Amino acid sequence: MTGTMSKAVAIDIRGVNLSYGATPVLKNVDLSIQPGEFFAFLGPSGCGKTTLLRLIAGFAQAQTGQVLLDGQDVAALPPWKRDVGMVFQSYALWPHMTVAKNVAFGLEERRLPRREIERRVRDALDLVGLSAFADRRPAQLSGGQQQRVAVARTIAIEPKVLLLDEPLSNLDAKMRVSVRRELRTLQRRLGLTTIFVTHDQEEANTICDRMAVMESGIIRQVGTPMELYERPGNLFVAGFLGSANILDGRVAGDVFEVAGGARLPLPEHVKVPLGAKLVFRPQHARLADSGMLRGPIVHREFLGSTVRYGVRLGGAEVLIDAPFQSGDDLRAAGDLVCVALPPERALYLAA
Amino acid sequence: MSDRAAPAPSVRFADTFPSRAPRGGRIPVSGQAVLALAIALFLLVFLVVPVATVAYVAFTEKGTGAPTLVNFLDFARTDLFVRSFWNSLYVSAMTVVWASVLALPLAYLTTRFEFRGAALVQTLGFLPLIMPPFVGAVAMQLLFGRNGTVNLLLEEWFDFKIGLMEGLNGVIFLQAIHYFPFILVNLSAALRNIDRAMEEAAQNLGSHGFRLFRRIALPLAMPGYVAGASLVFVKVFDDVASPLLLNVKEMLAPQAYLRITSIGIDDPMGYVISVVLIVLAVVTMWGSAQVLKGKDYATAQRGGGGLARRRLTRGQSVMAYGVVLLVLALVLAPHLGLVLLSLATVWSFSPLPDDYTLAHYARVLGDSSIYIKNTLLYAGLAAAIDVAIGGAIAYLVLRTRLPGRQMLDWMAGAALAVPGVVLGIGYLRAFYGVTLPGGVPLATLWIMIVLAIAIRRLPYALRAAYAALQQISIALEEAAENLGATKARTVRRVVIPLMTGGLLAGFVTSFATAAVELSAVLMLVQNNSDAPLSYGLYVLMQTPAGRGAGAALGVVAVIIVAVCMGLSQLAADRSQRARGLDI
Repeated sequence: MTGTMSKAVAIDIRGVNLSYGATPVLKNVDLSIQPGEFFAFLGPSGCGKTTLLRLIAGFAQAQTGQVLLDGQDVAALPPWKRDVGMVFQSYALWPHMTVAKNVAFGLEERRLPRREIERRVRDALDLVGLSAFADRRPAQLSGGQQQRVAVARTIAIEPKVLLLDEPLSNLDAKMRVSVRRELRTLQRRLGLTTIFVTHDQEEANTICDRMAVMESGIIRQVGTPMELYERPGNLFVAGFLGSANILDGRVAGDVFEVAGGARLPLPEHVKVPLGAKLVFRPQHARLADSGMLRGPIVHREFLGSTVRYGVRLGGAEVLIDAPFQSGDDLRAAGDLVCVALPPERALYLAA
Repeated sequence: MSDRAAPAPSVRFADTFPSRAPRGGRIPVSGQAVLALAIALFLLVFLVVPVATVAYVAFTEKGTGAPTLVNFLDFARTDLFVRSFWNSLYVSAMTVVWASVLALPLAYLTTRFEFRGAALVQTLGFLPLIMPPFVGAVAMQLLFGRNGTVNLLLEEWFDFKIGLMEGLNGVIFLQAIHYFPFILVNLSAALRNIDRAMEEAAQNLGSHGFRLFRRIALPLAMPGYVAGASLVFVKVFDDVASPLLLNVKEMLAPQAYLRITSIGIDDPMGYVISVVLIVLAVVTMWGSAQVLKGKDYATAQRGGGGLARRRLTRGQSVMAYGVVLLVLALVLAPHLGLVLLSLATVWSFSPLPDDYTLAHYARVLGDSSIYIKNTLLYAGLAAAIDVAIGGAIAYLVLRTRLPGRQMLDWMAGAALAVPGVVLGIGYLRAFYGVTLPGGVPLATLWIMIVLAIAIRRLPYALRAAYAALQQISIALEEAAENLGATKARTVRRVVIPLMTGGLLAGFVTSFATAAVELSAVLMLVQNNSDAPLSYGLYVLMQTPAGRGAGAALGVVAVIIVAVCMGLSQLAADRSQRARGLDI
């Protein structure tokens, strides 16, 4: 391995429907992943993200639709003919083989000459910084090292694409941060089209170029982390990425009337979809002495750099983050306050 | 029920379980100590002393008692014994080979393919527990022997015979079809416990088909296979009655029996053979433990066990059913033969009996019903002893910090390495000289048979007790103590009620297997009125005239054991459900 792959490959998923028995798991999934992209599938458990990954690897069969690697439909190929490298959530390192044997496995299956196998095993282990551990058994390694062996084993075969199934979930919090950086660096060096499955938005945000947010078998939105955070397309994405306040209401002429009576002017260019609700982030509003949205503070959490207030507005409760400077006076529970929300910060989203 | 060596899990468990220091309000330490001492004394008298006696006799000069190795030299210089040793080794090894040939495809088929025969194959696992090989030996001879059903038909149709039951091959054939399920059950469990990601990762890297099985599934399942195979090896090596019923005398365990019964309990050769049997059992167990060292591949994780089951193509399906039906026919053959034999007036030199009668059952349930009564009594007592001692040892090891409690576990577990015939010889020698006030030697009392059976079955009951106690969270006991219950009352009101289901299952399993225990019994039965069913069967099967009645006894035994196994399953299921453990 020289550190750069021959040619990155595009992944196209077209019209995929997949169900286990009567339970639909993937519904009409269409997705295009660019060559060399680091892409994430993000969603709560049971949303179908792992199934979609396993579909690409050949471990799940769709009832309809196509999976194209580099323009070739691979639906008919069994897993062992796909050249799709997958790192399993549990790493799936074989305990009866040494680290080197684990890494050599895929190369041996490809019947490469012994010299070539030795060289590529060495290179792969060098790449993940584990050359010194070649003769150990997986059980003798730490979680982070095992994870790197799993990666080395996969990239040793120089796969067309790299699939990572929640690769950080078995690591402790500190390791996660450093390993995700390593993964990112490695992916950059290899230029390998990579898909990363996670339920953790911070992981997805920090590691990927673009991501698909999934919910119950449907892709709800695709975009860069910033796009999705700033301009969520629906209530699910808004609520799943970061915290969001959601208030019921309806459009009345050029204002949005929040349940409870408060009325917010709608900026001219804003289009409010049918059944939309008002959505804003806690840090985008502030507490004021006068305004349309008025209610009592019901709780207060001191978070260090910010203070998070819960304010009851009508039947709902919203969260407001106020930046904290030392010496600031805090508001007390029971204080009657107003929530000031700049109109351009208000989002009107439907489910 | 898998039949792996019992003590291992308990030892491991005790090491990791936070045993707590005795505090105020527990059974007073002296109470625990008394209990532990009583058990230790029991094991000492009825396990350690007899076995030590055997070893002592083997290593001392006859008459003088001076330590010597001359007995072993005699053993090594006697052609008969050396031949018997190699024969036993050969038969045990070949049984493992053939049992593996039967078990491997079935295990792979049922764990990796969508196969409706899987449930059928799983029930095969219980058959060897229901009927030990000696019960079906004569029936197998009649079906597969030189002039048995199969060969008569083959000769008539194709003019040739197959020597399945000739000499050592007959023993191998009989043992293999009786014992392959031990390998099947352990191997299937191991295959099922492999995290599916283990095989998927290999597929992802380009492996499939037989290579996938050979490089990933088989090595990972190896611990299960070795556990099953070593068990089969030892069981076959120690079996006395099956070779004898097939008229094979030149094997080691039968030689020990023959030597003592024909020459007398003073002849050292029987003891030397006993020592060899024990050493071989220990070496086999130690060897399998060495092979398995550091290979505890518990890989089952949340991915679920085993590769996604594949569909069989039409051709594969036909082949699979063919294999399963063939194996099933083989496994059921002794049962079928036994039933036929029990109903036959005369069955000799003909494919099927000449005519049928119920007279054998009338005889067995009439005159010979003493065998059945004795069996129920002995097995019931032995199982009760086992459950009481097993439960007590489990409690002492897992829930107290009594010094030396681990010794009890080792001692009870060591019974696994003592062949029945050795224990029987030990009892004879150790207790024959001890006489009761009336001048009756202790060794001739029927209670000795019960105790020998109890010792033989103790490791299994002990394992059931460990399992039952391990499922009880220690917090449940702490809660009772926290609310003011003393340790003794906690045991009575919380521990024992919660263990009941598991102990009951242990009782029934011990009972069922005790009912067909023969090798120790063979040495200890002094007169027919004290004999249990297994002994009666063995004696009756020796003569052509007695075979019908022997077979009828065998059928009765199979029914008793099968009913017990069903009950034990039921008890285990119910206790699980009662505690909401069937998630």
